[in-house]
Amino acid sequence: MKNLWKYLKKYRFLYVLAIAAMFISVFLDAMSPQITRHIIDDVIVGGNMKILMNLLLALIGIGFGRAIFQYTKEFIFDYAAAGIGSGLRKDLFDHIQTLSMDYFDDHNTGELMARIKDDAERIWNAFGFVGMLVLECTIHTVIVIICMYRISPILTLLPLAIMPLIAWYALKMEKGLGEVYDNISEQTAELNTVAQENLAGVRTVKAFAREKHEISKFKKHNKKYYDLNMQQAKLLIRYQPNISFLSKILMISVIVIGGILVIYEKMTIGELGAFSEYANNIIWPMEMVGWLSNDLAAAVASNKKIKAIMNEKPVIKDVENPVWPETIKGDLVFNHVSFELDGKRILEDIDFTLKKGKTLGIMGVTGSGKSSIVNLIQRFYDVTDGTILLDGVDVKELPLSLLRGQISVVMQDVFLFSDSISENIKTGNKDATEWEMVQQASISAEAHSFISKLSEQYDTVIGERGVGLSGGQKQRISIARAIAKESPVLILDDSTSALDMETEREIETHLSKLTHSSKIIIAHRISAVRNADEILILSDGKIIERGTHDQLMKKRGQYYKTYQVQYGEEEIKWQSIQAE
Amino acid sequence: MAVNSSRIDEEQKEVLKKDTILRMFRYLLDFKKQISVVLCIMAGTITISMLTPLIMEYAINVCVVQKDVKGLLMLGAGALILFLLFLAGTKIRMRLMAQVTNKVLLNIREELYQHIQTLSFGFFDSRPTGKILARIIGDVNSLKDVLSDSVTQLIPDLITVICVAVIMLIKNYRLAMAALLTLPILAIGLFLIETTVHKRWQVYRKKTSNLNGYVHEDLSGIRIIQSYAAEKETKNIFHDLVDQHYKSFMDAVLIADSFGPLVEITWGLGGFLLYFIGIKIIGVENVGIGTFLAFSTYIAMFWSPIRNLANFYNKLTTNITAAERIFDIIDTEAEIVDQEGAKELPALNGEVEFKNISFAYSDEPDRLILSDVNFIIKPGETIALVGPTGAGKTTIVNLISRFYEAIEGDVLIDGHEIKGVTLNSLRSQMGIMTQDNFLFSGTIRDNIRYGRLDATEEEIIEAATAVSAHEFIMKLEQGYDTVISERGAGLSIGQRQLLAFARTMVSKPGILILDEATSSIDTHTELLVQKGIDALLTGRTSFIIAHRLSTIRKADRIFVIDQGNIMEAGSHEELLALKGAYYNLYQSQFA
Repeated sequence: MKNLWKYLKKYRFLYVLAIAAMFISVFLDAMSPQITRHIIDDVIVGGNMKILMNLLLALIGIGFGRAIFQYTKEFIFDYAAAGIGSGLRKDLFDHIQTLSMDYFDDHNTGELMARIKDDAERIWNAFGFVGMLVLECTIHTVIVIICMYRISPILTLLPLAIMPLIAWYALKMEKGLGEVYDNISEQTAELNTVAQENLAGVRTVKAFAREKHEISKFKKHNKKYYDLNMQQAKLLIRYQPNISFLSKILMISVIVIGGILVIYEKMTIGELGAFSEYANNIIWPMEMVGWLSNDLAAAVASNKKIKAIMNEKPVIKDVENPVWPETIKGDLVFNHVSFELDGKRILEDIDFTLKKGKTLGIMGVTGSGKSSIVNLIQRFYDVTDGTILLDGVDVKELPLSLLRGQISVVMQDVFLFSDSISENIKTGNKDATEWEMVQQASISAEAHSFISKLSEQYDTVIGERGVGLSGGQKQRISIARAIAKESPVLILDDSTSALDMETEREIETHLSKLTHSSKIIIAHRISAVRNADEILILSDGKIIERGTHDQLMKKRGQYYKTYQVQYGEEEIKWQSIQAE
Repeated sequence: MAVNSSRIDEEQKEVLKKDTILRMFRYLLDFKKQISVVLCIMAGTITISMLTPLIMEYAINVCVVQKDVKGLLMLGAGALILFLLFLAGTKIRMRLMAQVTNKVLLNIREELYQHIQTLSFGFFDSRPTGKILARIIGDVNSLKDVLSDSVTQLIPDLITVICVAVIMLIKNYRLAMAALLTLPILAIGLFLIETTVHKRWQVYRKKTSNLNGYVHEDLSGIRIIQSYAAEKETKNIFHDLVDQHYKSFMDAVLIADSFGPLVEITWGLGGFLLYFIGIKIIGVENVGIGTFLAFSTYIAMFWSPIRNLANFYNKLTTNITAAERIFDIIDTEAEIVDQEGAKELPALNGEVEFKNISFAYSDEPDRLILSDVNFIIKPGETIALVGPTGAGKTTIVNLISRFYEAIEGDVLIDGHEIKGVTLNSLRSQMGIMTQDNFLFSGTIRDNIRYGRLDATEEEIIEAATAVSAHEFIMKLEQGYDTVISERGAGLSIGQRQLLAFARTMVSKPGILILDEATSSIDTHTELLVQKGIDALLTGRTSFIIAHRLSTIRKADRIFVIDQGNIMEAGSHEELLALKGAYYNLYQSQFA
């Protein structure tokens, strides 16, 4: 729990205040029966009418007093718990965002969501009403025990003997429940993942008419979730009623043993009456112990999971004294770069120089390592051998935020946020991006014309992942997003695949005018790379051909073959049509 | 449909709270037997609890006073037996109740999930995934306490309150009226608090849902966020959402926390009125000391369950909004469902006909995406759809698989109106491949098998081989047993697409739809896949949306789609000869 002190600290004085209010509230609670007794004994039986009004006013006063202090206490606990829970949630989210790609490769969205949502909530509760009740029970018990001791120290041994037993049960229950909660929390994540995948892949599900299959998959996990919850209930049932049984035993043994003490004249009958009343008063906090330890166990289990994430260190982070260059021109150099992931060689000896404003084209078969080059430039992963230099500085020496801020990538897998189109285009530079820039970038990405046709134009809110837009429209918005950043390095990773030839060509023309940016274009279509200053052909992570379009055509190698497939016959036919 | 983003609160239909509450408790009625047993056991345990003070009283007043040690011990032993019975009863009761509540949650969650599966794309497109998730998991869970407390607390407390009130009225109705005079104040107070609090809890739930939606979106797009160094922006948004969530919680508890204090105040006032009216107005001599004594006990017995009831009411208000959000989805009608008496579509021949088809999205009924489209496709024909993005190509194929419904006209397959056949029989005979090929976390084998659940190992390998996926799968350390994670770690987009191809291949569809399905595959792989696709195409009606001419050229007929209609149709050669839109498109590739 040490990790939580950071959040708790801020509220420690408020908690003290709340506990004070709690004491007063408990005290007033004890006062109330005394007043009633006076009314009955002195006024009704004794006939002393003079004090009636005072007593009655005291009764109302106690009601109001209790109301005020109870409210103070509850509100403070809610206030502090909400603050602690929210703070924890923010830090957890911020931390998760700093983690490296390999962490996200291994952890499902559903799982991480469960941590930020459910686990943070359990801790929130623990500092809120659960914590409040624990304290209240403790205060109550202590006060009652003190009162008991003042009546009969010997009889007080009884509750003191039974309480360790109750504590033992509570501890055992806490331990058992802790394990179950670990499993429940994992199963929640699993259930989350199943449902999340189903929702994210709803198009695939419906395309195959697999709704029934999906339902049965969910049912299986839902049943498991049920079983675990039953397991939790059974543990609760094993211990909790026993605790309340023990508190009843306390009651009866006070009467029997106390009664014997009275019979042997070690105690008066009045004292026994008062003592048994107190014993009665101690029952509810003891019965509460059961379900309070239940909730605390859940919070402890959740805290463990959150701690595990917080202890996760990003693999890729800034070096201690990063270099802060004033401006980045955009000269990019791959110096004999090799890259391995999970023991598999992905890239081998990649070597190229891209001067400011020039364009590099990369082609290669599926899985040849094209996208890995992009990942390395942005430092989603680190190179295994060799170096990558940006303006002559090793990218590892640059602060991550600076490095990534200088590179705009249009990814293969278009991701747009459920937000307005203009907000989407501004991503990464929200404050500084001018409206003119948004529009200018959209025009360059050939997106302006279709955006203008939408009912709310740039303010149109698009669905998560850009649902509602066609593949080509999504790609154009993501290209606009990259252009709007005006970064020195612009990378297009197979990002015109869903566009028709005409649009692609238009975009290409616009891009060629961006002389301030170095460009890397990864594509399958010759048309996308043919005007590049250098074209690399990758195969199995190695460069097998390189040169300009004309040079490569002369080589009659892989590039030429690809050209033949894409254009060969067509061009010959085209020429014959032209000739006609 | 207006699209809801993570940062905007959802709209929700207003329903009567009473209806929601009744509807929620109706789920408990499925367990009448268990609940009656629970109630019987509770009758027993409550009796024991009531007897306990009497036993104590007897022990002190009789045994101790008469110095009867033996009697005292006997009484103790008797009480012990009663407590053991109580213990056993409680255990059985708790167990039954746990079963009932967890089963109800299981059922509600299942019903919700099943219902969501029937909903159309419009539902999913118009709100973030995370928000739907929040309802399936979080909202359902928050009903747990309300359901179990309603049986184990609400019922006995209500019975106690009613019994005590009746006894008081019988004993002395005037005094009873005095004692109960504050009840209306309490009721009005609770009602006033509740109306405000309910709205505030609704806001709180929406804020929770926003939070959930945003976290889901952020984690799904973490790559883009890190790539654009946008962590600060997303952090600001998230912190803002957390602050809003926090504020909505504080707004709610600011009022909700006064439930308890209100009871305290009315209790105090109730005591005041009882004694003031009893002593000053009615007069002690008219009431009798004994009755006064009894009433002071009854008052305590009356108010403590009232306090519990107020607590329960508070909990109910907090959580009823969760139930509302669940029923809101369950009540959302699926736009596209099987018609009554829908028939199974027999094994496909593959004739497709569009008869006067017009289409517009429901939120923009005036903007026609397709207007009066007509065509007939013969079985086995391959049709390529070309045209600028957003021209309506995808809409045409979506209408064939009935993902959307035309606003006018009919789609016929083999002469059957597709509206008249079951969705399952229609879609399970179609092979639909889109750009975003979703793979599920699981092994490669399971993902391919998704196309046909009873496919054998041989069929899976055969399909993978046909689409040239087998080669790269075998290069993976664990071959077909390789587990694909959500983000498809280790697999390139092209490889994922090949797996999706294999998945469609194994399903042996009657009609094939390839919606830009090969756009992320390189030329070399496409050549390999092409053989597989060719095999797949033979004898099957196919629709291909693509930008690459090499793919388009081979089609039997090419439709040029623009401005919501077919502008040109014919074979590659015919269209070139026409020197129209297709000719221009073709030209642009070489210019």
